[in-house]
Amino acid sequence: MKANCWTGRNSVEVQDVPDPSILNSRDAIVKITSTAICGSDLHLVDGYVPTMEKGDILGHEFMGEVVEVGSGISDGKVRVGDRVVVPFPIACGACASCRAELYSCCENSNPNAGISEKMFGHPTCGIYGYSHLTGGFAGGQAEYARVVLADTNALKIESDLSDEQVLFLSDILPTGFMGADMCDIEEGDVVAVWGAGPVGQFAMDSARVLGAEKVIAIDKETYRLDMAAAQGYTTINFEDTDVRSALLELTGGRGPDKCIDAVGMEATHGASHIHLYDRAKQAVRSETDRPHALRQAIMSCRSGGVVSVIGVYGGMIDKFPAGAWMNRSLTLRTGQCHVQRYMQPLLAMIEQGKIDPTRIITHRLPLTEAPTGYDLFKNKKDNCEKVVLKP
Amino acid sequence: MTTDTRSTSSLRHDPLVRGLGWASAALGVPQVVAPAGFARALGVGDAPRHRTATTAVGVRELAAAAGLLGRPHPVWLWGRVGGDLMDLTMLGRALKNHDGRGLGRTVAATAAVTAITATDVYAAVTRTRRSSPMELTAATTVTRSPDEVYTLWKDLERLPEFMVHLDEVRVTGPRTSHWRAGAPFGRTVEWDAEITQDVPGQLIAWRSVDGADIDNSGEVRFVPAPGGRGTEIHVSLRYDLPGGPLGQAAARYFGEEPHQQLDDDLRRFKQIAEIGEVVRSEGAPGGKRARGEFPQHPARPLTEDELKEALS
Ligand SMILES: [Zn+2]
Ligand SMILES: [Zn+2]
Repeated sequence: MKANCWTGRNSVEVQDVPDPSILNSRDAIVKITSTAICGSDLHLVDGYVPTMEKGDILGHEFMGEVVEVGSGISDGKVRVGDRVVVPFPIACGACASCRAELYSCCENSNPNAGISEKMFGHPTCGIYGYSHLTGGFAGGQAEYARVVLADTNALKIESDLSDEQVLFLSDILPTGFMGADMCDIEEGDVVAVWGAGPVGQFAMDSARVLGAEKVIAIDKETYRLDMAAAQGYTTINFEDTDVRSALLELTGGRGPDKCIDAVGMEATHGASHIHLYDRAKQAVRSETDRPHALRQAIMSCRSGGVVSVIGVYGGMIDKFPAGAWMNRSLTLRTGQCHVQRYMQPLLAMIEQGKIDPTRIITHRLPLTEAPTGYDLFKNKKDNCEKVVLKP
Repeated sequence: MTTDTRSTSSLRHDPLVRGLGWASAALGVPQVVAPAGFARALGVGDAPRHRTATTAVGVRELAAAAGLLGRPHPVWLWGRVGGDLMDLTMLGRALKNHDGRGLGRTVAATAAVTAITATDVYAAVTRTRRSSPMELTAATTVTRSPDEVYTLWKDLERLPEFMVHLDEVRVTGPRTSHWRAGAPFGRTVEWDAEITQDVPGQLIAWRSVDGADIDNSGEVRFVPAPGGRGTEIHVSLRYDLPGGPLGQAAARYFGEEPHQQLDDDLRRFKQIAEIGEVVRSEGAPGGKRARGEFPQHPARPLTEDELKEALS
């Protein structure tokens, strides 16, 4: 089959690879009908995530039709012919974390748990196509993929919703939603979202669905800000505006009640000296992430507010504003999305028309043009917001 | 924690140690029974002080024989070396004050004791390779009841499913079993084990019986976790690793770092207890194992040959 493989720093290639096979009794093999390129794929391609191997198949946002199931899947759970969306975190459904609906902290699904334990103190779940740190699972930017523990890790789509309407249930829609959900939004809240990429856009939509009165988008790409403005959100371009002052002005001096960091480790910053400082520390490996967005969110948030982090961080950060966080009673909440927890309710919202996930798709390409898709998305060419690949 | 001793059981089957034990007996018996004749045979004369010295040496030889054959310990070998040095000193003095009668025999005896001394030094040095009794402990929590977890662990023949360095465990009796395991440098070690404590739902303890390649013992305790979280599993293992720190460093180099191995074993046990099997990925088709952590198979489907190898 054809698959999009990581071949080295800043290089991906569509290659011919063997078809997947059942390795565990509760596996299913899915013929992929739609898959997407995610912002976190860029961290892998950029070489910021260690433990990549040449030939790794990328992709953790995918859906398709079940063509084979393992002998361990109990009757009726997943059947050949089912149309399924696959959540990116692999969950076992049986460990204490899974029972507490903390699926991305699953204690059993990562065969390389030892590595993630060394980096994070405790192991994290397996993820498809997302380095060997998260298990070395083959990804879904391919014609076929193996779904692990498929009875727990596949959402059946039984209505006639299109692929594009449900594909993002695999990651970015639940991730954006969890960003807003962790904010405990109350009536009248003003929510600021750093990053107007796909996850940021969905965090904004979710904040509104959950009752936010005003939503503010912060980015530097005008096409992304325009996309947010078209939904009725207020925008701040951090390249020509001082973010904290603008936020104070928009909130009568209080600061946003809730702040969402949908940027993560590779943030850029309007003030070049701070950006340079972080880049330099990153280059000598004394800091692995560039936490501009996180710092700014903490400094801007109103006292007693919530800072919700869904942008991906990988390692250690410097100059964390612990003083602001502690002295102003801020709550910091975060997590890789526990996708399985949100899939069903979000599917219902899509069916009811409360959320339209298709609004962020700007590019549709055949799988064979995946490298082009990465180039468009990474370099923000041609106003690229989200690329969907069709095998 | 380290000591200077190699395990008793492996010395008991050491041909050199046994040979030296029998040699001590062969020398000690005539020295004690007929000291005068023995002294004359050495060409040192049978004056009373020679007879007394010979008897004393004989007693020492018999003690060494009993030690080496009965409860072998390197300390007996070093005792022999000390005795050899005393003998050489006495023979040296005898040579110096020699009256010429039987000088050839005394020279020959001196040469023989020199050769014996060399053998004893060799045996003592090589049999005192430092070994380190090593204690490992690890714990995990499993969302199952203590009874379920106990039952799963008690099924000894399933142990190799999660203890991947074990090739086979065969139950040989109600409390006994035979174990075969891979060791560094492609070697295999085997031992018989017996269960020393067995409290259903709470505790299993075992130890290797005499003759094990590596003496070892262990204990697993199953403790109800607070708040209905299932069962805490506390494992402690004790190995008598040959080769001391050097051996451990070499083992580590080949990815057999013992603590990591126990940690991996428990992770796989948890997977089997909670979801019924060990989770495999394309990058780590054999499941969790430190040895295979790097380099891994790329995260792409396996070819048919790779698949056969991984699943075998
Ligand atoms: Zn993603
Ligand atoms: Zn789990």
